[in-house]
Order: sequence, then structure tokens, then C-alpha cells
Amino acid sequence: MKLKLKIWRQKNAVDAGGMVSYDLEGVSTDMSFLEMLDTLNEKLIMEGEDPVAFDHDCREGICGSCGVVINGDAHGPEQTTTCQLHMRSFKDGEEIIIEPWRAAPFPVIKDLVVDRGAFDRIIGAGGYITAPTGSSPEGNSTRIPKPDADAAFANATCIGCGACVAACPNGSASLFVSAKVTHLNLLPQGQPERTTRVLDMVEQMDAEGFGGCTNTGMCTVSCPKEIPFTSIANLNKEYRRAVQQSNKA
Amino acid sequence: MVETLSKNPRVTGFGTLHRSTIGRKMIMAVSGLAMLGFVVVHMVGNLKIFFGETEFNEYAHWLRTIGEPALHHEWFLWIMRVGLIVALVAHFWAAITLSRHDVKARPVKYQAKRKGGYATTLMRWGGVTLALFIVYHILDMTTGTVNPATTNEPYDRITSGFGEWYNVVFYTLAMGALCAHIWHGLWSAANTLGWNRATTAGFRTFAVVFALAVAFGFLLIPYSVVFGLVD
Ligand code: HEM
Ligand code: SF4
Ligand code: FES
Repeated sequence: MKLKLKIWRQKNAVDAGGMVSYDLEGVSTDMSFLEMLDTLNEKLIMEGEDPVAFDHDCREGICGSCGVVINGDAHGPEQTTTCQLHMRSFKDGEEIIIEPWRAAPFPVIKDLVVDRGAFDRIIGAGGYITAPTGSSPEGNSTRIPKPDADAAFANATCIGCGACVAACPNGSASLFVSAKVTHLNLLPQGQPERTTRVLDMVEQMDAEGFGGCTNTGMCTVSCPKEIPFTSIANLNKEYRRAVQQSNKA
Repeated sequence: MVETLSKNPRVTGFGTLHRSTIGRKMIMAVSGLAMLGFVVVHMVGNLKIFFGETEFNEYAHWLRTIGEPALHHEWFLWIMRVGLIVALVAHFWAAITLSRHDVKARPVKYQAKRKGGYATTLMRWGGVTLALFIVYHILDMTTGTVNPATTNEPYDRITSGFGEWYNVVFYTLAMGALCAHIWHGLWSAANTLGWNRATTAGFRTFAVVFALAVAFGFLLIPYSVVFGLVD
């Protein structure tokens, strides 16, 4: 298939950047979106041009490094990661507009690559549990009700890709933070930090400059791991509970 | 790091909720629900107009006597007014500061526009429409400043006011904004306050029906005047 690509090119963090058009031929419908970009980059390298920089690692939808906005949709038209998106989701001759995640806390480093260090700092603020070092405890010694285990697991699947931030009209990280808080606050291992976790992670989220949630739900429909929107309601519930606790303290 | 809410000290209890985005949103939700409570009672009360001029005017006068003799004449009304003003100011302040914080978080717009996510824009501009409407509505029905009626009787103000086409148009627009605001806002407030869960998905439909019912109830009056059912 033949494609008309319009890609955001930006030399470095301080460059103003702009959209550049490329015509690409010889794309197979079986290629992944990243393989299509590899094909373009081979062509650019052969022509002596700078290849398009994009983030990727596992290419199997589990690491969360890939992710670009394709025709206005974070990770493109399917609800999956960019690496798991295939060219059969596009039409021959189609124009494809490719942009980086756009959010003040995710500054562009080069072309389509953004710095998602803000997510790491949010995790550092409270996305952990206190665990003793040494040999691992017997697996069945801590019993967890099945519904809690299932809900915690569903939320633990968040890969920190940042599509929720990219899709949100407010650049809000609420879905990401809600997935982490819901996951850890549901489990017995997460109880010691249950109150401080949500206060600290929300404080960090605000300090990084992510927007607030306006309940539009654009995040959930872009999330490759289908983190449910109700996780945000749960984040708010945990937040309310934590504020109440600190009221007493 | 972007300098936005970052300089705020930490939330240490309900008294300092305004320091965080979620806290501010909770203030917005509670003040919104308080105003919604008033709006519903107001709408139902207005329907008394269909029982005739005498009964409607008596109702309006009775409102001024609630709580007597424990409360002085009109005190109840003034307590309500102060409460509503506090709610409105809190709501407006939260809406403005949060919207500015949100806009700063997306400094570079996407070149390709995607469909969806209109609720936020609708809430912001609908909210501004409501703010303008509230001012006009008070000048129209409460003080009578912009009302064409020659007496101070509420019934007269309604029939004279809605005798003017521009009032019917503006009130219709405002009720459209109110409907949209409740449509998203009622369910949104439940989410903000952490009440929604997988089993409460039906609440979204309830909020929509509720929003339509409130707007319909209010609009019955101007259109009854237009079509001569109330005169
Ligand atoms: C001064 C005029 C007003 C402005 C500027 C305004 C603005 C806003 C904004 C920007 C939001 C947030 C929307 C979002 O999260 O997407 C909101 C939410 C809301 N508003 Fe208003 N509004 C106004 C008046 C009212 C009135 C009169 C009511 C009563 C019916 C009301 C009820 C609500 C409710 C219940 C919410 C939901 C809160 C939440 O999302 O948690 N608002 N408003
Ligand atoms: S919540 Fe979903 S979209 Fe957001 S970072 Fe996690 S996996 Fe990505
Ligand atoms: S490259 Fe790892 S999720 Fe796409």
C-alpha cells in the first residue's frame, strides 16, 4: 500500500518543530505501525536524511514505551499499543498524521519521543509498597478475596504508556494514577501506605502540571489496557477517605 | 516542572481541600449539587403557575414567610440567597482556576482533531451562559429592573416578560445550557465524589433523564405564555 505521511519533526527539545510530509510506498498490510515507520526510516537513511525518532522497546504491547498520536487518536484507530497496531487498519492511499503525546509534563525530546519522567516521579511519590527484603514469603500466606484480586490485577495491567494523558483534553494523568492507586490500595500489601499513597501521588501529579479530570472519558477509550473509568471514581473515593483520615490526625 | 498548582502546600484535611485538583473538583461537585437542589425545588415551585394567578402570587409571598415567627420576615429567603451565593462563588472559582490549570497542561494542540471530548467545552461555555443568565434572571424576575411588567406581582412579571420574544429565546438558550450542564454534571459529580462504580452505570442515564426533565419543567412556563395557556 501507498501512504501519505505527515509527521511531527523536531530536532531537539528547544527546536520549534513542525509537520513534514512524506510519501511512502511498498507498505504491507501485515506490517505493524512501527515497522511502517522502520520502512520510512530505512528510506530516509538511504537518502541521507535524519530518521524519525520514536520510542519503542518490547514491540509486543507490554512495556509501554511506544505511543504516538495517529490521526488525532492516541495509539491510533484500534484500542491497542502503537506497536500492536497493524497497517490493515488503514486504507491504501490514506493520509496519516503522526504527532507526539502533547502535554506540558511530557516535553518533546526529539520528533515523536517525549520525556515521561513525570510518571516515574509520580510512582516514586507513592506507587510502591513496603516489602521486607530476603527470601520471598510463602505465596498463599496472604489471602486476598477473589474480587479484590481480579480488580487489582485489572488495574495492575497499566503499562504507563501515557496514552490517557495524550487523549485527555486536559492532559490529565488521572487514569494512570487511578490505576496505580486502585491496584495497590486494594491489596493487603498496600495497606500501610494506603492513606499517604493517594495524597502523595495526587500532589505529585498536580505539581508536574497534569490537568484535572473533567470526566470526559477520553482516556479509557484510548487505553491499550482498558483500565476502566470507574478506577478514577475509586481514586476520588480513596482521596476522600485519605483526606478524612488526615483530618483526624 | 510546570509551575501551576506545584507551589501549593499539601492537603491536610477538608479545610485545605482547595489546594489540589481533586479537592477543587470536589468543591465544584458539592457546590454544583447544592445549586442543583435549589434548581429542582425552584422548577417544581414554578409549576404552581398552572393553578392560576392568585395561588401563584400567594406561593411567592409565602416563600417570604417561611420560618416565621422563629425567623423574621424574609430571613429564610436571605439565608438561602447567601448559601446560593457562596455555592456560586465557590463553583465559579473552582471552574475558572481548574480550567486554567487544564489549559496549561496542553500547551501545544494536536494538528489532527479527534471526535469526542466535547463535554468539557460544553460545561465551560454552558457555565458562562448560566452565569450571564443568573444575572439577567434576577434583574428580570426578582428586582423587575428589565421586566416590562407594570406591577410587582410575580404572575404579572412572568406573563409580561414572556410576552417579549427575546426573553423566550434567551430563556430557552439558558435552559439548554442548564440541561447540558446537569446532563454531564450530575453524573460527573458522582464520579468526582467517588460514588460511581461498575454497578452504578445506570446512573448516567438517570442524569440525562433528570436533566431533560428539569429543562422541560422550566420551559413549560414561557411556552405556555407564548401559546396562550397562561395569560
Ligand atoms: C456560574 C456559572 C457556572 C459556571 C461557570 C459553571 C462551570 C462549571 C464547570 C467548568 C464544571 C466542570 C465541568 C467538567 O468537569 O467538565 C462544572 C461542573 C458542575 N456544575 Fe457548574 N457552572 C456554573 C453554574 C452551575 C449551576 C447553576 C449548577 C446547578 C445546577 C451547576 C452544577 C454543576 C454540577 C453538578 C457540576 C459537576 C461537578 C463535577 O463534575 O464534579 N453549575 N460547572
Ligand atoms: S492507564 Fe492505560 S493509557 Fe494510561 S498509562 Fe496506563 S496503560 Fe497507558
Ligand atoms: S513497544 Fe513495548 S508496548 Fe509498544
